[in-house]
Amino acid sequence: MTTAETTPIAYPFNSAEGLALSEAYDQARNHTGLLRVRMPYGEPAWLATRYADARLVLGDRRFSRAAALHHDEPRQSEGRRDSGILTMDPPDHTRLRTLVAKAFTVHQVEKLRPWVRQLTHGLLDQLEAAGPPVDLVDRYALPIPVGVICTMLGVPEEDRPKFRAWSDAALSTSSLSAEEFSRNTDELRAYMAGLIEDHRISPRDDIMTSLIEARDAGDRLSELELVDLCVGILVAGHETTATQIPNFVLTLLDHPDELRRLREEPALLHGAVEELLRFVPLGMAASMPRYATEDVEVGGTLVRAGEPVLVAVGSANRDALRFDEPGTLNVARPATQHLGFGHGVHHCLGAPLARLELQEALGALIARFPTLRLAGDVEWKGRMLVRGPRVMPIGW
Amino acid sequence: MTWKAEVDGGRCMASGMCAGIAPDLFALDEEHARPRREEVPEEERVLDAADSCPALAITIRDGTTTVGPRP
Repeated sequence: MTTAETTPIAYPFNSAEGLALSEAYDQARNHTGLLRVRMPYGEPAWLATRYADARLVLGDRRFSRAAALHHDEPRQSEGRRDSGILTMDPPDHTRLRTLVAKAFTVHQVEKLRPWVRQLTHGLLDQLEAAGPPVDLVDRYALPIPVGVICTMLGVPEEDRPKFRAWSDAALSTSSLSAEEFSRNTDELRAYMAGLIEDHRISPRDDIMTSLIEARDAGDRLSELELVDLCVGILVAGHETTATQIPNFVLTLLDHPDELRRLREEPALLHGAVEELLRFVPLGMAASMPRYATEDVEVGGTLVRAGEPVLVAVGSANRDALRFDEPGTLNVARPATQHLGFGHGVHHCLGAPLARLELQEALGALIARFPTLRLAGDVEWKGRMLVRGPRVMPIGW
Repeated sequence: MTWKAEVDGGRCMASGMCAGIAPDLFALDEEHARPRREEVPEEERVLDAADSCPALAITIRDGTTTVGPRP
């Protein structure tokens, strides 16, 4: 059994190129207790890899995100992402989250479906007109979530080249020094603060305007919280979905029988997206460790108060104790409660929107191009918190 | 005074949000969430839980009037 004195093993396990889940996770899931790991920066941590342990740590209030601010948080890069809603616990977290939660409920998001559908079909028309090969990332996977979140939040879509660079840097794990990282954060904040001032002068029907009202009329959040919440919505609102669209396409091209089945039975689409969310380990590594606020037993290990636990959701989603044949992609798999969007109070705010975008993007693409194929080498992002193609040439 | 809380098991996607916001009032079972007791105190956090549910699966009633999620 592992104890806190055990020499920690180097983490992350996954390779930055490709979407495979490291075999080290299979061993970890079969290991009694939690693993002791060390990331490139920060203190050693426990690593939870099983479904039940993951759900416990993410869902139980005895584990805190806010406590990370007082520790040398385990992380992949020198710079720290130490502000905003992801380093808060209830009730502060609840106060901020409820301000925007309404805009992202299943009910609210479903109203956007016809518009998102129109957007995807317009982009596919442009792809067809351009002719193969085209880069799926630049011409399809990015414009869909960027267009949607920019419109919802109130950010000019033509600023994409500008905020893409900051957004990339914010999620980068590369050689950015702590100073470079914090300069990038400052630039992104300054950009957002400018847009907020603009919205103050001329209010619009968007999320930014409603958050400004909550600040100015209701005093429900500070100016910095307002800025960081808008930054968070912009970055989280497009990067992951834009990355999962090519990841899902690539995964289906790797599983031609499943792709054929999905084309023959389009009614499977929503379930197929859930299965892909389970199957594709998006993250390079577990991140955002939870700190125990009291001694808690997790999967056979006593986690002491003040110790961090990293949760590997990609591994939990392949736990045979929860999923039959977990390593098999099955687009007809019955409804699963995968942890692709996390769990507990930090469960992805935009999950319903991400689902809708993934359903529309994937469904329209495979229907439009029955002979969809890769038309060149995939260039991987590398050195990012999320894994996926940076460039993915497709043909048909 | 108390309200009544109800979780629609068909809609619930087990995000764990309600049990995170108000663990004394909501619990997460294997497949979905449930109120620990049908009667809940008239507190802001009860409405917060209903407002935050990504599946809109929580309904809070004051007698026959729905008070949460808020419009």
